[in-house]
Amino acid sequence: MPVTETRLLLKHADDPAYGIDLASYEKVGGYEMLKKAVGLKPEDIRTEIKNSGLRGRGGAGFPCGVKWDLVDRKSGKPIYLIVNCDESEPGTFKDRQLVHKDPHQLIEGVMISAFANNVALAFIYIREEMPKGAKILNQAIEEARAKGYVGANICGSSYSCDIIVHRGAGAYICGEETGLIESMEGKRAYPRIKPPFFPAVLGLYQCPTIVNNVETLCNVPHILRMGAAEYCKIGRNNNTGTRIWCVSGQVQRPGYYEVAGITFGQLLNDICGGPLPGRKFKAIVPGGGSSKILRYDEKFKGKKPDGTPHEFTFDEIPLDFDGIASAGSMSGSGAVIVMDDSVDIMEALANLVAFYAHESCGQCTPCREGSLWAKKMTHRMCGGEARERDLTTLYDMAGNIGGRTVCPMGFSTTWPVQSYIDKFRPEIEAKTRENRLGMSRDARLIEK
Amino acid sequence: MAFQLKPETVEKIDRMIARYPQKRSALMMVLHEIQEEKRVISNEAIEWVAARLELQPINVLEVVTFFPSYRQKPIGKVWVRVCRTLSCALMGGYKTGEILEKELGCKMGHTSDDGSVTLEYAECLAACGTGPVALVDEDLFENLTPDKLGPVIAEIKKRAAGGTPTPTKN
Repeated sequence: MPVTETRLLLKHADDPAYGIDLASYEKVGGYEMLKKAVGLKPEDIRTEIKNSGLRGRGGAGFPCGVKWDLVDRKSGKPIYLIVNCDESEPGTFKDRQLVHKDPHQLIEGVMISAFANNVALAFIYIREEMPKGAKILNQAIEEARAKGYVGANICGSSYSCDIIVHRGAGAYICGEETGLIESMEGKRAYPRIKPPFFPAVLGLYQCPTIVNNVETLCNVPHILRMGAAEYCKIGRNNNTGTRIWCVSGQVQRPGYYEVAGITFGQLLNDICGGPLPGRKFKAIVPGGGSSKILRYDEKFKGKKPDGTPHEFTFDEIPLDFDGIASAGSMSGSGAVIVMDDSVDIMEALANLVAFYAHESCGQCTPCREGSLWAKKMTHRMCGGEARERDLTTLYDMAGNIGGRTVCPMGFSTTWPVQSYIDKFRPEIEAKTRENRLGMSRDARLIEK
Repeated sequence: MAFQLKPETVEKIDRMIARYPQKRSALMMVLHEIQEEKRVISNEAIEWVAARLELQPINVLEVVTFFPSYRQKPIGKVWVRVCRTLSCALMGGYKTGEILEKELGCKMGHTSDDGSVTLEYAECLAACGTGPVALVDEDLFENLTPDKLGPVIAEIKKRAAGGTPTPTKN
């Protein structure tokens, strides 16, 4: 049987007859769930979301229902909801599709979630590099407001909530929720230390705050429509629902694919058409630039449900949170970057390290200094000027960044550096020993 | 001369400030409005914003210097940002950048002498499946492999010469 997509969130997105206007969305049943929601008890909606097993699609895969449960509802302070649309992880472009092609689906998800959590003001934090997305959202919000879906007395109920579209300004660190909150307060986006600053308790303006990813919230209307039990039937246990995978790099058909219950091999070989002609897959970044790299020819060790050990290939990795975790990496934001045998792995590493060096916010010394040092070392290792101890120093130093900083971004340097070296040590060693120049066959990957 | 904005920009800014629970929260949005009109965030602008939001100028300056999108040197008439991160680089993003440098007569990371084009490398623009990509002002151009650069170069030159932008779908 051919492997196909399971389109739930992107069901209408690429239909040429489907527009981004309110009428198009209403025609396919849009805002019906919001109408239903305002007649329910907020806690019942929260229970439904919890029962659906919906996990956060932004990176960590934290259960959405649990996140909502952690909100401090007794403080008497207002509760805020922030939608994280600061999509910046290298390889990720799913939120772009959801915002540009079906903005009302997101707005309905936001409003239902806001109602379920007694939120009086919601924000959509969209990155600066998506100016059209911000315009689309603002226009959609105004349309929805005119129909009573946003603003005062939603769908004729006594509930009111407004949405503000807030634009970022080109900083990756704003994808980290406490950094995002700081920047929303009009400050530098330095992440806050946790504890005590868990957003659920002390978030925006020191009030309880929920920060959810765009894709996560787009699932909410569908869960309400289908019911948690039915929603759980999509995907595997503990990995419910569909996921949008963003495939980029050296593969026949790159793009965004919404799937459920398939393997990594089915995504790359069946849906994406396999490697480019005459090439072989070499390495795959499974969950955004900061995730640990996987070798295509690798054998992974795991345990079957009954506890017996077994080996599996890359192609057999179940394409979901737990599947990729069992192969030793993470599914992160669902961004798959494919590299074939034309790629010089050291150069690919240098490219990503340069990204994280540029994006380190500079608050914590290990990350600020370490990422730049790693950039210097990886660049000279590609430039034919490697020093004898560079490889050892790079590996050890990278291990001293992650976990020693305020936010988890330190790992964005640690994980690529250590995993690229672990998985491709002979290639990298030979390259630095012989001091060969970076030489990916197709394209140069770092600045001269 | 004192710092001045168009009355409609000021009106827009004041409406925006009023929507936030705390004035300071509007800072990033106010800076975007000013940069859109002036193509730069000058010291005078920083002082103006500080007064408007009841902050000290340093509070504004530290945000301006933190975020890559805010510029203290004027951006050219057309702002071109070419993605350099892995997915685009794998598809030839650096080559695209080099060709644009040559065709536009502008070095990467600089503004052309006549102030018409600012050309830069940018980090991941979140359109990795159609790389290499470039953001020209508000418009995203995709699949910019070296052999398909004709239309984007023509569009940049047209805008630099003062032509009306051609509408794009993104």
